[in-house]
Amino acid sequence: MIRDITIGQYYPVDSPIHRLDPRVKLAGTMVFLISLFAASGIVAYAIATVVLFALIRLSRVPFKFITKGLKTILILLIISVSFNLFLTDGTPIVTFGFLKITWEGLSLAFFMAVRLVYLVIASSLMTLTTTPNQLTDGLEKGLGFLKRFSIPVHEISMMMSIALRFIPILIEETDKIMKAQTARGADFESGNIIERAKAMVPILVPLFISAFRRASDLAMAMEARCYHGGEGRTKMKPLHYEKRDKLAYWLMLIYFLLMLATRFLPF
Amino acid sequence: MSIRCEKLTHIYQQGTAMQSYALRDISFEIEDGEFIGLIGHTGSGKSTLIQHLNGLMRPSSGTVYFNGEDIFAEGYDLRALRGRVGLVFQYPEYQLFEADVLSDVKYGPKNMGLTDAEAEERAKEALKLSGLSEEFYERSPFELSGGQKRRAAIAGVLAMRPQVLILDEPTAGLDPKGRDEILETVSELHKKQHTTILLVSHSMEDIAQYADRLLVLNEGNLCYFDRPKRVFQYYRELERMGLSAPQITYLMHELKDEGADVDTSIGTVAEAKDAILALYEKKQAGRKKQVN
Amino acid sequence: MKIIDAAHVFFDYVRRDENDNIEEVSHALRDLNLTIEKGSFVCILGHNGSGKSTFAKLLNGLNLPKDGEVFVAGMPTSDESKLLEIREAAGMVFQNPDNQIIANVVEEDVGFGPENIGVPTEEIWRRVEASLSAVGMLSYRMKSPNRLSGGQKQRVAIAGVMAMKPACIILDEPTAMLDPNGRKDVMRTVHELNERDGITIVHITHYMEEAVDADRIVVMDGGRVVMDGTPREIFSQVEELKALSLCVPQVTELAYELKCAGLPLPDGILTREELVKELMPLISGTSSAEDGGDGK
Repeated sequence: MIRDITIGQYYPVDSPIHRLDPRVKLAGTMVFLISLFAASGIVAYAIATVVLFALIRLSRVPFKFITKGLKTILILLIISVSFNLFLTDGTPIVTFGFLKITWEGLSLAFFMAVRLVYLVIASSLMTLTTTPNQLTDGLEKGLGFLKRFSIPVHEISMMMSIALRFIPILIEETDKIMKAQTARGADFESGNIIERAKAMVPILVPLFISAFRRASDLAMAMEARCYHGGEGRTKMKPLHYEKRDKLAYWLMLIYFLLMLATRFLPF
Repeated sequence: MSIRCEKLTHIYQQGTAMQSYALRDISFEIEDGEFIGLIGHTGSGKSTLIQHLNGLMRPSSGTVYFNGEDIFAEGYDLRALRGRVGLVFQYPEYQLFEADVLSDVKYGPKNMGLTDAEAEERAKEALKLSGLSEEFYERSPFELSGGQKRRAAIAGVLAMRPQVLILDEPTAGLDPKGRDEILETVSELHKKQHTTILLVSHSMEDIAQYADRLLVLNEGNLCYFDRPKRVFQYYRELERMGLSAPQITYLMHELKDEGADVDTSIGTVAEAKDAILALYEKKQAGRKKQVN
Repeated sequence: MKIIDAAHVFFDYVRRDENDNIEEVSHALRDLNLTIEKGSFVCILGHNGSGKSTFAKLLNGLNLPKDGEVFVAGMPTSDESKLLEIREAAGMVFQNPDNQIIANVVEEDVGFGPENIGVPTEEIWRRVEASLSAVGMLSYRMKSPNRLSGGQKQRVAIAGVMAMKPACIILDEPTAMLDPNGRKDVMRTVHELNERDGITIVHITHYMEEAVDADRIVVMDGGRVVMDGTPREIFSQVEELKALSLCVPQVTELAYELKCAGLPLPDGILTREELVKELMPLISGTSSAEDGGDGK
């Protein structure tokens, strides 16, 4: 059912990773992703693997939650692996007609798969250990420098936070409207693509109208509570860097340099 | 006949640690042409129950019979059932979608496979029943007032000519006049069209006035299924379930406690008026006798 | 002292077509005059379209009058430089509990208003705690609003307004979408805020029972004030209220019906206790005096 879709799947436990400033986690995820593409060779991947699994252990999030996100990229993974596997030139191992598997293709496919999987795991780790609110706060503060280029950072993060609040409400509403139209004899399961698309109109129109009504209500409620943009606003939960956050930045730097250094290894 | 639930049970998230009973062993039978009130605290299973009655939800065990047939049996035509057991959800006006009222009301009959002309005939009939006059037919449903929108939405279900009409809090959010109008419409349908009505309501006063029998749900269990007067005698038990009796019933109890000889099962203003007047006149007559 | 003073207020809703030509004008408020005393509990009644909600939105500058002037705590709402102060002084709670909670955590939502007006962080925390305990929701501070009942959400919304330290709270049908228990909780909360903290309450509702305990009832029709008085004064005019598409509480209606049938009862009985007290001398002792076999 539509309600089973979960978004912002924060895993609530107390761990050193959970306690880190969201900006550190955002930066850390970025550094990790860049390092995966900047580095090459078996040693680099060994380092990345050790670091990643150490972080997972530290976060105290059960492993099955971490790998949940992988399901969504399974198809992408299969496609990219087969492209690399079959379409890379080099020393062939096996040949099926015009398709051939080469040593180079095999290693490329392997590293590609590892990169993709680690990428998803690292970003899952971030969302699992950071509440959506911390995340938007982190983005707002962390990207604050963009304001100078007249990018409305505060407004964007406010929009994200409101979207997170209303997604479950709108999902529930969709469910309700679908049921109500089914009670009026609607059929969403049979028919060809065009018929099915047409059958969606009685769901989408009420849903859009409801979303607009909610948006206008919410805008009024925010205005009534003195909201007037980011100007002159204080924060109930301002972000401060603690000692552990600074330590994390140093560790990040060391890790990144180490990963870069692997490029100069002969193997 | 009509609707019969047999050991209807619905379990949410069965087999997980979060497993909970939304409905537990519910059995009852509604006769043709009855007006049933359904009451229960928020979360007592009312909306889960009504969604089983027209096959929108499937039970974990037990079943529902409509005119003697098991609606969850293999091959049973649920779509046809939904035309016969009409369900009006809470705030039904939020499901309006067409450009004009008439087309919106035609949506149900058209889904049942009727021709455009037949659907239009039924739509007009339904709009008349729901008390919306012809001047609104061509208007956009979004331009109507709250009460009018609600009536247009109810017409959308009536246009399928249901034998049973289930309404989930049809008066929620309306002003006093809007509330009265909707309830009058429902009562007319019951009297003139002999439609079986199942009304979900939080207003004990409305229930006392209209319902022949009352279903009381508490935490997924069926607690009472009896005439309102009998059910409201258990007002202390109802209070423990987060419900209450009508104001007038409480008044009658208080009068009785003070020593007046009144019937405590009374739940409406009209009955209370008659009962109190009778006592008053008796006393006046007694006084006159004494004077003579 | 007057907290709200509206004099000769007019307000129109104007609908325009694509070319900005006026298509339809509806006069929502026509020469409305109303003053509200500080610390009072005022209920506004009226059928849909009588102008209640429009009036509510004038009280903190969400709408500005076309003509006339509205003063809130001595400040005219037309003065744009005072707008934030006015909204701080007169907070609003709306009908739909879902559409007025902004944050994903209860305490952060309550902190939203103070953040907007630049209250320092430690002070925000103090206010959030005080407001949440004032509405009895302190133990829910870390919860997601999506996990609360309708009545609880409305109390969070009230806490959000309380955190602005308002002099006055305007509630626009806050109970319309709630079940009876949620309604009771919200009403108890606003009465407490009125009595304990001296907050002026302007409560708009369709439930007559909620108006019985008010200090004063204002009835609106056609964009004007048509009745104004204590609950007893207003609810003794049963026929007039019915003509305005309103009704009276059932106990009041029964008393009125009995009075019409000839019982010597006073006007405007509001509670069961009153009615029992008035009725007993008129009906008691009948069964024992005449035919004792009637009593079971």
